[in-house]
Amino acid sequence: MHIVVCIKQVPDSAQIRVHPVTNTIMRQGVPAIVNPYDLFSLEEALRLKDKFGGRVTMLCMGPPQAEEALRKCISFGADDAVLVTDRAFAGADTLATSYALAAGVRQIAKEQAVDIVFTGKQTIDGDTAQVGPGIAKRMGLQLLTYVSRIVETDLEARTITVERRAEGGVQVLKTSLPVLITMLENTNEMRFAALPAMIHAAAYPVRKWSKEQAGIEDLSKIGLKGSPTVVSKVFGPTPRTEKVEMLDLETSNLRDVSLNLIQKIFTRHPTLEADLLMKETA
Amino acid sequence: MSQAPAPAAPARPTAGRGRNLELSEELKAYKGVWVFIEHDRGHVHSVSWELVGEARKLADQLGCPVSAIILGGADEGLEKFAAEAFSFGADHAYLMQDPVLKGYRNEPFTKGLTDLVNKYKPEILLLGATSQGRDLAGSVATTLLTGLTADCTELRIDPNTKALAATRPTFGGSLYCTIMTLAYRPQMATVRPRVMEMPRADATRTGTSSYDTLGLVETQIVTKLLDFIADAHSNKINLPYADVIVSGGKGMKTPENFKLVFELARVLGGEVGATRPCVQAGWVEADRQVGQTGKTVRPKLYIAAGISGAVQHRVGCEAADVIVAINTDVNAPIFDFAHYGIVGNAMQVLPALTQAFAAHLALRMRQVA
Repeated sequence: MHIVVCIKQVPDSAQIRVHPVTNTIMRQGVPAIVNPYDLFSLEEALRLKDKFGGRVTMLCMGPPQAEEALRKCISFGADDAVLVTDRAFAGADTLATSYALAAGVRQIAKEQAVDIVFTGKQTIDGDTAQVGPGIAKRMGLQLLTYVSRIVETDLEARTITVERRAEGGVQVLKTSLPVLITMLENTNEMRFAALPAMIHAAAYPVRKWSKEQAGIEDLSKIGLKGSPTVVSKVFGPTPRTEKVEMLDLETSNLRDVSLNLIQKIFTRHPTLEADLLMKETA
Repeated sequence: MSQAPAPAAPARPTAGRGRNLELSEELKAYKGVWVFIEHDRGHVHSVSWELVGEARKLADQLGCPVSAIILGGADEGLEKFAAEAFSFGADHAYLMQDPVLKGYRNEPFTKGLTDLVNKYKPEILLLGATSQGRDLAGSVATTLLTGLTADCTELRIDPNTKALAATRPTFGGSLYCTIMTLAYRPQMATVRPRVMEMPRADATRTGTSSYDTLGLVETQIVTKLLDFIADAHSNKINLPYADVIVSGGKGMKTPENFKLVFELARVLGGEVGATRPCVQAGWVEADRQVGQTGKTVRPKLYIAAGISGAVQHRVGCEAADVIVAINTDVNAPIFDFAHYGIVGNAMQVLPALTQAFAAHLALRMRQVA
């Protein structure tokens, strides 16, 4: 079984700070990590490999330093890693990104046919959840998003059965390989990297492909040119005009502050009290 | 792996760098605002009506009609959904009934929606940012090779270009960006449930309907829907539509202390919410997360206990009518958008509030009776 897992290197959003005056992201010192959602897909890929044997190949589009993210995945147990990196990819939106990654998967498939492509559910910086479906459509793969469990994989019949999270329930879907899967978060737990694996990963020669090596000829499909969306404005949250009313605990006791607050809430929202009483009666 | 806006240098639409930013004559013929109506087991998802309300505003600015796109099985009562769509502001409904469209699957729905777009050429196509809407939107946009903006918090018509200006939080909600699709049609966007206001239904409003066929048979569809397991538990947590939410953050210190949050929520007949770190620590279920990567809520009353109020959380709850914040840190950003604030230890304030609310409501009940 040959599995390709697509990942993105993202800034650790928990540590992102925004410049208060210029409203720009202050990137200095913000560590880059593997997009956390991607790790659920990687772990699932590694479990399939544990069960059926085969290979897990990592794929990433990004700047040269994204190879660190790929090395991290090698340390968890991935077999090989490809970084598609080229200045021509700069400014890509999700449509252009899915074109470049689909080209990368096709190129990898020339070495060995691919049975399953995994991507994360979404990223923590873009949060769009669009690239996975985009790659599937560009490659004509069956698409299974928000997968909460892989129920059964039958390599003889080349079928896979999964549970997919939907509104108000879980769909049980059965489809044919090859397929693109995005895993739901918290559906598994990433294994620990063993020390020898970390040493192996540190020296692992990540393959870096230019756009030509990724088999991309049509430059109008990648980067800014291949992106239909245009970012027209970036801005910070607008402060509320109304100032918060603070209730002081130092000059009055907790009970009085609570009663005072309740009065203020019900005065501000006159129908709320009636709603609560209705609920109580029901 | 996704849209990676580069806010360091806000790009102007004119700074094209060789990009095509002009709408071709052919694409100028694309007219009308469409809303994909998501339904399941006889009910339309409220987000679809919220979008019809929003589509109405956009269409009125553009001077064009709003259409509801309803795909489903022959026995699913799609006409009833169309009538509902008219009452919320749609003018027309494109209906597609086929046995293979019963229960959502990516392949037939992508084909159905893509075919309709190619045939009737809308300029704007809106979908709910649900697991179904996101799965479908990404597939349709890639098939049509057009622009798609996810999880928008505001939709407007740009006065200069007449293009859809879609605003969304970026970088986990630390900044907003406005995104436009200038040279491609339709302009697609998804919006999360509860981000837009629910429009008021007008039962006297009517509209027209038309039918199209899918042209697919079951044997042509690779993915089979074997079963649907409805979840009883998750249905109980309906954060986006709760009237009262009491939320806890890391300031609650321990999962045991969350009992105090649950206790106040119980007295108020409300739901319990939480911040992302609490969910990640396993203190409460993921369905309770309020914020950019959780649920967007619009309760009448939102009580935030031990929550600092990072933007990621703020975008999920700031539409609440009344926000009460309890935090030990007077400088916490939650006090920038709360209506009432108490600087104090939530472990002491919550029980006092619970007791006061319980006493007050009991007293009022006796008065009403």
